[in-house]
Amino acid sequence: MRKCSLEKINLLFAEIAKNAELYLPTQQTDGSAAYKKWEEGSVWSNALNTVRSPKDFFFPQTENLMKFKTEGKSIEVVDTRNALDDFVIFGVRACDVKSFDVLDRVFLTEPVDSFYALRRSHGVIISLACQRPSETCFCKTFGIDPAAPAGDISAWKTETEIFFEANTQKGKELLEKLSALTEECDDTVVSEQKEKINKFMDKLPLKNVTTDGFGGGKTKELFDLPEWDELSQACLGCGTCTFVCPTCQCYDIKDFNTGNSVIRFRCWDSCMYSDFTKMAHGNNRLSQKERFRQRFMHKLVYYPENNDGMFSCVGCGRCLAKCPISMNIVKVMKKIGGK
Amino acid sequence: MNSINETLIPKIGVITDVRIDTPDIKTFRVVTPDGKKAFDHKPGQCAMLSVPGVGEAMFSITSSPTNEEFMEFSIKKCGCVTDWLHQAEPGQQITIRGPYGKPFPVDDVFAGKDLLFIAGGVGLAPLRSVINYCRHYRDRYGKIDIVYGSRSKDDLLDYKEIIEEWSTDDGVNVHLTIDNPQEGWDGHVGFVPNYVKELGFDTNKVAVLCGPPIMIKFTLDGLCGIGFDKTNVYTTLELRMKCGVGKCGRCNVGAKYVCKDGPVFRCDELEELPSEY
Repeated sequence: MRKCSLEKINLLFAEIAKNAELYLPTQQTDGSAAYKKWEEGSVWSNALNTVRSPKDFFFPQTENLMKFKTEGKSIEVVDTRNALDDFVIFGVRACDVKSFDVLDRVFLTEPVDSFYALRRSHGVIISLACQRPSETCFCKTFGIDPAAPAGDISAWKTETEIFFEANTQKGKELLEKLSALTEECDDTVVSEQKEKINKFMDKLPLKNVTTDGFGGGKTKELFDLPEWDELSQACLGCGTCTFVCPTCQCYDIKDFNTGNSVIRFRCWDSCMYSDFTKMAHGNNRLSQKERFRQRFMHKLVYYPENNDGMFSCVGCGRCLAKCPISMNIVKVMKKIGGK
Repeated sequence: MNSINETLIPKIGVITDVRIDTPDIKTFRVVTPDGKKAFDHKPGQCAMLSVPGVGEAMFSITSSPTNEEFMEFSIKKCGCVTDWLHQAEPGQQITIRGPYGKPFPVDDVFAGKDLLFIAGGVGLAPLRSVINYCRHYRDRYGKIDIVYGSRSKDDLLDYKEIIEEWSTDDGVNVHLTIDNPQEGWDGHVGFVPNYVKELGFDTNKVAVLCGPPIMIKFTLDGLCGIGFDKTNVYTTLELRMKCGVGKCGRCNVGAKYVCKDGPVFRCDELEELPSEY
């Protein structure tokens, strides 16, 4: 384990930024945090987490896939991908680090999504333990320890220092490059912090949220429950939950005519939208209830069924904070779980 | 990086022939610019066709895998991409990627069995691939019955091929029906599900259904009514698709993705899914 004084943190950021683009949660004018590219003068945010999840780094909200040039009856397909530089994402919370595992199981299973894989191979993740998880946090429900985040390098922050532990080869290589600014240390301080965080977690309001009653093979039991009517009644179908969600990965593919070529791009889409499944001959999910149910059944039943029991939720709490009608996955789990 | 399947990036396909089948269905012959088949497929598999600037959509490959020269797609005019394709002329390039999905189990489950194909309307398109595959390897299968119905005589897809080729094969029986009486039609009149019940088949066959959802539902009920086991009945589903490889989330029903786990399902497997297809 190595440590660095927080007084030198900007020197450390500058050192990382020498070899790779560095992104970190940066304080916004409204006090919230957003991942921005680090530059001299950037202020590292103290907020617990970013408003938007870091899934953009590997699965951007919009991304060009290719270009078509058409002339008369002929078409030419042009690969528009550029070479990608290495980049480092600093300060990723344990829940968000886990969300990359959830996305990996979608995009990196055969046939591998080459666009995602390319970004994933160029990114180095420096995670950060949560000193003070918030009342919307329930990562422990999914077996995530906010005090022991994964990633290529794990980091712990105290009032005066920051501690680093490399977990992967990529992480080791990066930490070695920072050796002039860091010094070897033992894990006494970190162990104390871990203990403190876990004690704090026990005081949080969502500590008892459980996945009992959910998981693969539960479709028949849960699909037709009358509770879905009540739960979905006020849903506006705005899709905010899917956009702030670090694990939602549904996408659309669209063409944009630039005038002299056609760009084919993909962008995030939402199963909460009425046209998501609309076909020329009809729509298999006509009501908001059906769309609402699809989102939660996918996260809590279908995804685990296909992924060795892993849930497609990491308890980051973003949907709890952002839903305009205060509906969320915790309410669904409390109402339906254990039935 | 070569092992990575560039699955979203299509190849160029050239429409070399357009056949008018019915007032709203045309069959398009597609090859690569150098005149070859774009890729090999198995009966029941699909391909993504696109018109840049208009859109991309999934279509079943109607030609048999045994056709080594070209692929065919029978396409009903019913949306943006299909409207555009219906105006296309030979020589027009489109894009093509695939093959996608799980095929019919023609080489194991179907082998040695009597086969019953039941189709309604454009639902014959995906079945034509498997029917012609089984006709090509005729000695591998038992008796073949084909029940096909449409709104009218003019709406019967592949009519010439059915009359001139399928009907004249040994051991192949074709039963055609149209919804309402029509001048010049002396065949059966009535809906497919009822016709299947009237015909009353032996239940030791493998049955394959494709057509509008309502036809599939009533025909399946009818088959079960005359003693068919759902484990011997197959169908092929159609849902909105974008990626074709089980990632974009659109065709997800229960824990299945119709594009990769389907489109071919055994009817007892379908019962395990929520009724959202």
